Amino acid sequence: MIKVSNLRKTYNGVTVLNIGNLEIPQGESFGLVGNNGAGKTTFFSLLLDLIEPSAGHITTNNIQVNKSEGWKPFTAAFLDESFLISYLTPEEYFYFIGELRGQNKADVDALLLKHEDFFNGEILNKKKYLRDLSKGNQKKVGIIATLIGNPKVIILDEPFANLDPTTQFRLKKIIKDLADDKNVTILVSSHDLAHTIEVSNRIVAMHKGEIVKDIKTSSETLKELEEFFAV
Amino acid sequence: MFWKFIRLEWKSFTRASSFGANVVMKIFMIIGAVYFGALFLALGFGSFYIIKENMAQDPLVVVSKYALYYMVFDLLMRLFLQKIPVINIRPLLTLPIKRSMIVNFALGKTALSFFNILHAFFFIPFSIMLLINDYNPVTVILWHLGMMALIYCNNFLCVLMNSKDWMFVVLIVLLAGMGISQYYNLFDITNYTSVFYYGLYTTYYMFIIPIALLAGLWYVSYQFFYKNLYLDTGLKGKNEIAETQDYTWLNKFGTLGTFLKNDIKLIRRNKRSKMTIFMSVMFLFYGLLFMTGSIEMYDNSYMKIFAAIFVTGGFMFTFGQFVPSWDSAYYSLMMSQNIQYREYISAKWWLVVIGTAISALLASFYLYFGLDTYLIILAGAVYNIGFNSHLVLLGGAYIKTPIDLASSKQAFGDKKAFNIQGLLLTLPKLVLPIVLFLLGNLISPMAGYGFVAGAGILGFAFRNKVFSMIEKVYKTEKYKTLAAYKQKN
Repeated sequence: MIKVSNLRKTYNGVTVLNIGNLEIPQGESFGLVGNNGAGKTTFFSLLLDLIEPSAGHITTNNIQVNKSEGWKPFTAAFLDESFLISYLTPEEYFYFIGELRGQNKADVDALLLKHEDFFNGEILNKKKYLRDLSKGNQKKVGIIATLIGNPKVIILDEPFANLDPTTQFRLKKIIKDLADDKNVTILVSSHDLAHTIEVSNRIVAMHKGEIVKDIKTSSETLKELEEFFAV
Repeated sequence: MFWKFIRLEWKSFTRASSFGANVVMKIFMIIGAVYFGALFLALGFGSFYIIKENMAQDPLVVVSKYALYYMVFDLLMRLFLQKIPVINIRPLLTLPIKRSMIVNFALGKTALSFFNILHAFFFIPFSIMLLINDYNPVTVILWHLGMMALIYCNNFLCVLMNSKDWMFVVLIVLLAGMGISQYYNLFDITNYTSVFYYGLYTTYYMFIIPIALLAGLWYVSYQFFYKNLYLDTGLKGKNEIAETQDYTWLNKFGTLGTFLKNDIKLIRRNKRSKMTIFMSVMFLFYGLLFMTGSIEMYDNSYMKIFAAIFVTGGFMFTFGQFVPSWDSAYYSLMMSQNIQYREYISAKWWLVVIGTAISALLASFYLYFGLDTYLIILAGAVYNIGFNSHLVLLGGAYIKTPIDLASSKQAFGDKKAFNIQGLLLTLPKLVLPIVLFLLGNLISPMAGYGFVAGAGILGFAFRNKVFSMIEKVYKTEKYKTLAAYKQKN
């Protein structure tokens, strides 16, 4: 589904990302781990064509992302709060995204109903704009919005951060359910090794812009990663 | 401790991204400050002679008479422009600093504002002129103290009123009411207030009133801040009750409707964008200066064309110019969603066109000044819709200033919004219609207006071509724009 070849990103002569070759097949649940500055967000931003690669390219479904916009209809992402429209209510935001993805109000409502317990009664019909929600609740909105319109590629940057334990648990279930769907490729990054291992069937560890580990998840994975990151 | 605060302030001033970003802008800011300083200075020295020779009246009496307007107008401008620094004291709350110190610092900081110092540029030279011209030196100084105390009263009034948006309207109505009733000799409020203002000079005790008022206001502001120095009261932003609005009637326009819905919400729910509506209304009345023939210099047909562009173009200039910056806070969402640039641009174009059309309708009160006048305005509207709307959107594509929607204060002083491309694109917006009119005027004035409107219709015909151009700019500038929007102040 996603092919990365000789991708490099340099800022003022400093290389922040350098991936020689990486393939993510369709249906994979892909976990990206690494310390601050490892290049996780940079990689996701390149994947979404939000920054320009210094060299190399990424193709999604054989579409080169920085040449054509054809990847947009089947890709959904939530990287940070700049993916939220602060002056809308959560409902309006969901419908807005829904309309852009060709979903009608009923489709969106059905999806929201399905994830009612994820919202924990704190999001819908609260008469609040997104800007007035707490960080954690904003994140919930952003995550569920990526599910609208059954995208084939879902990209979530640090989805577990700022969430309360119950919601983290529920989120893991949502991601695992998506991972079971063989049409959906899901990419998740996190600082939290345990969470990532739980939801991903493949883990890639990055360090200073390079891929340092690429492993299929097994019972040994956590130990292996912990050894790597322990200094 | 105060010294540390001041060092902190200095750093926040010199390291602000808007300050460091642009050398040209820095120069313009300095020139602006010097200009206003010089203007007031000249006014301070000059007004004495101007009043004395042209009006053959005692300058001090005249200044005291109109001091009320001066003060109310000053308060109005402050509410509009002066920033009250409350947010940046948040990090200080948990540090071992006395609350009274924090409050005093925050209040003291407002006292140093340019809005206070500016008036010294007028009152000090004016008082010097009074002293030179043998007015009683003691009472001149008392008058001066009284006036400056009143200016500082305004400063604290602004602090107290800052969160109340309706005060702004109240003051405008008050100012307009006083002005109109005085102009038509209905009721002259200055007859009563000048007793007080002039009394500051004629008596030895009157100056105590403003000083006491200032002390009182300072105390009230101090108490107000002190009591509200909590994250969930005074330092909190307003939490409005949100209503979900559907605007289902826009659904029949497809994706265009989706964007329009969003833009209407954008305008209605954010301070900064609400200002554009306010400004559009102001622009609507701007034409009165030209169309009523009250100012001789403006009373000719090409200046009227100039005015017509402004009367109907207020919304276009204040909103359209900053497309796509209005969406800067969530631009990465827009760029990764399933959005065609063409649809996005044409939605904004329609919004600008609707805004212009509404302005043209509202401007129908110019019919009072004759059908001719309204025809000029309509010609301007057609030109705006057909021609300027494209230029505005094209110019906006180059403006990479993130807009902070929550703040209304940038509306005027948006320093970074200034760039060369934007300036170059202003010329055809304003100068070209005048040139066109002058060309047509060689035949007859009507032909002149026809030329202007014709250019608009012609521009409309080339709409798709222009949209493609804008689209191209959006595409080539995409990464730069995204990076620029990431930088917040």
